[in-house]
Amino acid sequence: MNNIGNSVLKKDHSKKILGVAKYVADVHIDGVLHGKFLRSKVAHAKIKSITLPELPDGYTIVDKDDVLGENKVHIVLEDMPVFAIDTVEYIGDPILMVVGPDEKVTEEIVSKIVVDYEELPSILDMTKSEVTFFDYHHGKGDVDGCFENADKVYDEILNTGYGEQLYLETNGMIADYHDGKITVRGSLQCPFYVHAAVKLATGLEKDKVQVQTDITGGAFGGKEDYPSILACQVAVASMKARKPVRVIFDRREDITSTSKRHPSTARYRAAVKDGKITAMDIDIIYDAGAYSTLSAVVLQRGTICATGVYNIENLRVHGRANKTNTVPKGAFRGFGAPQVFFAMDLFMNHVAKGEGRNSLEFKQEHIVVQGNDTSTNGKFHFHVPLREMIKEVDILCDYKNKKELYDKPQSGRFRRGIGIQLAFHGAGFTGSGERDLIKAVLKVKKYKDGTVEILTSNTDMGQGLQTTFAKIAGKELGIPFEQIIVRNPDTDKVPDSGPTVASRSLMVVGELIRRATARLKDEWKDGEEQIIEERYKHPEFLIPFSLAEFRGDAYPTYSWSVQSVELEIDMLTGQHNVIGAYGSFDVGTPIDMNIVVGQMEGGMLQGIGYSSMEFMDHDSTGRIRNNSLSDYIIPTAMDVPVIVAQMHVNEYPYGPYGAKCAGELPNVGTAAAYIEAVEQILGKKVQHIPFTVEDTLRAISAKED
Amino acid sequence: MKYIEFKLNGENVQYEGSAKDRLLDILRETYRLTGVKCGCKEGECGACSVIIDGRLANSCMIAMGSIHGSDVMTIEGFSNTERFKVIDKAYGDVSAVQCGFCIPGMVLATECILAVTPHPTEEEIRRGISGNLCRCTGYNSIVKAIGIAAKEGEGLW
Repeated sequence: MNNIGNSVLKKDHSKKILGVAKYVADVHIDGVLHGKFLRSKVAHAKIKSITLPELPDGYTIVDKDDVLGENKVHIVLEDMPVFAIDTVEYIGDPILMVVGPDEKVTEEIVSKIVVDYEELPSILDMTKSEVTFFDYHHGKGDVDGCFENADKVYDEILNTGYGEQLYLETNGMIADYHDGKITVRGSLQCPFYVHAAVKLATGLEKDKVQVQTDITGGAFGGKEDYPSILACQVAVASMKARKPVRVIFDRREDITSTSKRHPSTARYRAAVKDGKITAMDIDIIYDAGAYSTLSAVVLQRGTICATGVYNIENLRVHGRANKTNTVPKGAFRGFGAPQVFFAMDLFMNHVAKGEGRNSLEFKQEHIVVQGNDTSTNGKFHFHVPLREMIKEVDILCDYKNKKELYDKPQSGRFRRGIGIQLAFHGAGFTGSGERDLIKAVLKVKKYKDGTVEILTSNTDMGQGLQTTFAKIAGKELGIPFEQIIVRNPDTDKVPDSGPTVASRSLMVVGELIRRATARLKDEWKDGEEQIIEERYKHPEFLIPFSLAEFRGDAYPTYSWSVQSVELEIDMLTGQHNVIGAYGSFDVGTPIDMNIVVGQMEGGMLQGIGYSSMEFMDHDSTGRIRNNSLSDYIIPTAMDVPVIVAQMHVNEYPYGPYGAKCAGELPNVGTAAAYIEAVEQILGKKVQHIPFTVEDTLRAISAKED
Repeated sequence: MKYIEFKLNGENVQYEGSAKDRLLDILRETYRLTGVKCGCKEGECGACSVIIDGRLANSCMIAMGSIHGSDVMTIEGFSNTERFKVIDKAYGDVSAVQCGFCIPGMVLATECILAVTPHPTEEEIRRGISGNLCRCTGYNSIVKAIGIAAKEGEGLW
C-alpha cells in the first residue's frame, strides 16, 4: 500500500524538458486565421454604435450576429454573452473579434475601430453594489442569546485582495469548423465544460462538437471556466470564416480580461464567555465582478468554511457574491477558502490577544475533533490530526520558542516575527455535486498487446495526474507503469469523468481507476481487447447535504494543514524577507512523494505571494492597473529559499490507497501565518492582505508619529 | 546588408527579414523552434530564454539586428549535448517538471550557471535562475536538480 509513494519518472517529463511538448501556441496549422478582440474600454456603458474601418481582403468581423446557437456562455448560469449584445459590463468585456491571416494586421484593424459608448454609472465597490448574484445564509444554535450573555464581543472587518493565477502559459484556443463539426483545442482544465458551452453557442449536436485538451502550461483554476468563454468565441469565428481560427492571449490581455480570485470583505464577530468563544456572526461579501460565472460555488465554499478549523456551536453566516463592473472573478486554487481561512485565523489571533492569551493555545482550545459537527451539521467523520501536526511544525521551525523570543522588544533595523495557521480543505465538489451534477464515468481499455489506456476527461496541468493515474492503474494491475497509457483528453474519445477542479481528480477519479483496474485484473484475457467502465458511487456514510438549507456533509472528508512563516522586516525600507516557510500537510497517502511535495511547495509559495507581494486592484475607472509582470509581482527563486513541506499521512479509506484531496490545500492556510508574523514585528494590527512593502512602510511611519 | 547572418544551434543561417523583428517570434515562426516559449513579451518571465554568445538572454527583448554574427542556442540545440543528458536526469529524478512551460528556459539557465560556476552554492543557483519564473514548483525541486546536475556532471563543466 505504502510503496506506491515511491517517485517515478513522470510520464510527461521527457517531452517537456526536450522542448518538444506542443502547447496550443506551438501548434502549426496552414492557413489558420488569427483572432484579435475588440474589448470595452469603459466599465459600464450602452454601445451606441460601432464604426469599422475598411477591411482588407481576407479579414472579417465576428460578433453577436454571428452566433448561430445562443449568445450565452454556459458556465453555471448563462448570464454572460459570447459577444456583447448592447451593453458592456467591465473594462475588457469582449465586443467583437477581428479575424484574418496576419496577426499584426488584425491588431491594427482593432485599433482603428471606433465605439461610441453611452457611459452608465458603474459600481466598483463590492460593498456598494445593488446587484447580489447569490445570497446564502446558514447557521445553528442560539447566536443572539450568546451575544447577549457575552463577557466581551469582538468585531472586526478583514479584507482580501485580487489574485492572478499567473500560469506561465497564457490562455489560448484554436477552433476548426469542418464538415459540419467544430473541433476546439487548447489550454484548459475541463474539456466537457467547454463542450457544453460550445454546443450551446454553436447550436450543433453533441457529436458535432469536439474538444481536445492540449498540454496545459499551468492553470490553478484560471482555466476552469475561462476556456469555455474563449472556446465559444473562436468556435463562432471559425464557423463564420470557414477556416481554423486561433487566439493566443498575450500576457496583458490575459491578466486584465480573464478570471481572477474574488476579493473579499468580511465582518467577523465573536461572543466570548469565560474565556471561550461561544458564538460567531459572520458576514462575507465576495466581489464577483461583472458576471456570475463560478461565484455561486465559490461563495458556497466560503460561507461553509467561514469558521475554519474551529468548533463554533452557535453560528450565523451570511455570504453574498456581489456584482461590480470589473473583470468577472472565477476559480483560483482554494476557491473561496483562502479568504475565509485567512480571516478566521487572524481573527482568532486578535481575540486571543484581547483575552490576554497565547494565540496558538487559544486556537488549540477551539479546534474541532473527530465526531464534532461541522458548521453545517455534517460531521468530522475521520480523525483530525491538527494537534500532532502542530507539534511537527513546532519541531520543524521552533515556532513556540521563536514566538516568545520575538515578543521581546526588538530595536534593531531588522526585526523578526513568526506566525502559525491551521486550515483544512474540504475534499471535492461541495455537497452532492459529485453525485447529482458530475456523475463521473471512467473507462479503462486494454489493448490486445497488453497495454492499458485510462480513458478520463481529467487533465494534467502540471500536477502530475497522468503519472499518478498511471501509477494507480499499474499497481492495481501488477503491470509496469510504462504499459499504462494516459492521453490528453479528447471528448470524442473519453467519457466524462468530471472536471479537473476542487482537488477531486486523484481522490474521486483515482478511486474509479483503482476499482476499474481491479476488475480488469480479475477479468483479464490475454490477447483480447477489453473495456471496463466504472461509475461514481456516493459514499454511504455521508449525511446528505441540502444546498437550500446548508445542512449536512458539505464534503466527504478534509485534508489538513499547519503552516508557519518566519519573517524579517527591514524597518528602514519596509522590505520583507521570509526566513522560512514550514508546513505539515495531511493529504492522505501520497501517490507519488515528489509530486505531492512539489504541489505543497508550489502552493505555499503562492500563499506567500497572496499574503504580500501579489497586489492587484482596479482604479477609479474600473481598469486593472497591474497589467503586466513588471507590475504584478510573483515570487522568484530568490524570494523564499527555505520552504519545508512535510507530509503527515492520515489515510482516507474511500480514496485510492488512502489518498485524499491535495492540490488546493497548500495555499489555503498561509496568509494568516504570514500576517501574524507581520503583526508581531510591527506591533500593530493588520486587517488585510496583501500586506505589501508600501503598507509596511506606512505602518512603520504611522507608528513613529 | 541583404541579410542577418548568425549561428543557430550550431548551423549557419541567414535571416532575410527585418532587423527590428523580435528574435522570439523569428525562432518560433520562421525556424519553428517552438521549445522557446512566450510568457510575457516584456523580459520578465524567462520562458523565452536562449543562450546568445554563451550568455542567457530573454529572446523576447532581442531584435534580430543585434544578433548578427552571434551564436544562438535554443533548447532544441542544447538537448543534443552530454551536459543536457545530466541535467535531464537530475530534473527527472526529483520530478522538477510540472507544467513544463518554464522548463526549457530553466534548463538553459542551468547550463549558464554551471558553465560559469561548476560547483555553485544554493545561493548562486537561486540567483542564476532568478530571471526564470516558475508558478508550479516553488523552485525547490529545480534548485535541487541543478545541485544534483553539478555533482553528477563532474568534469563536464
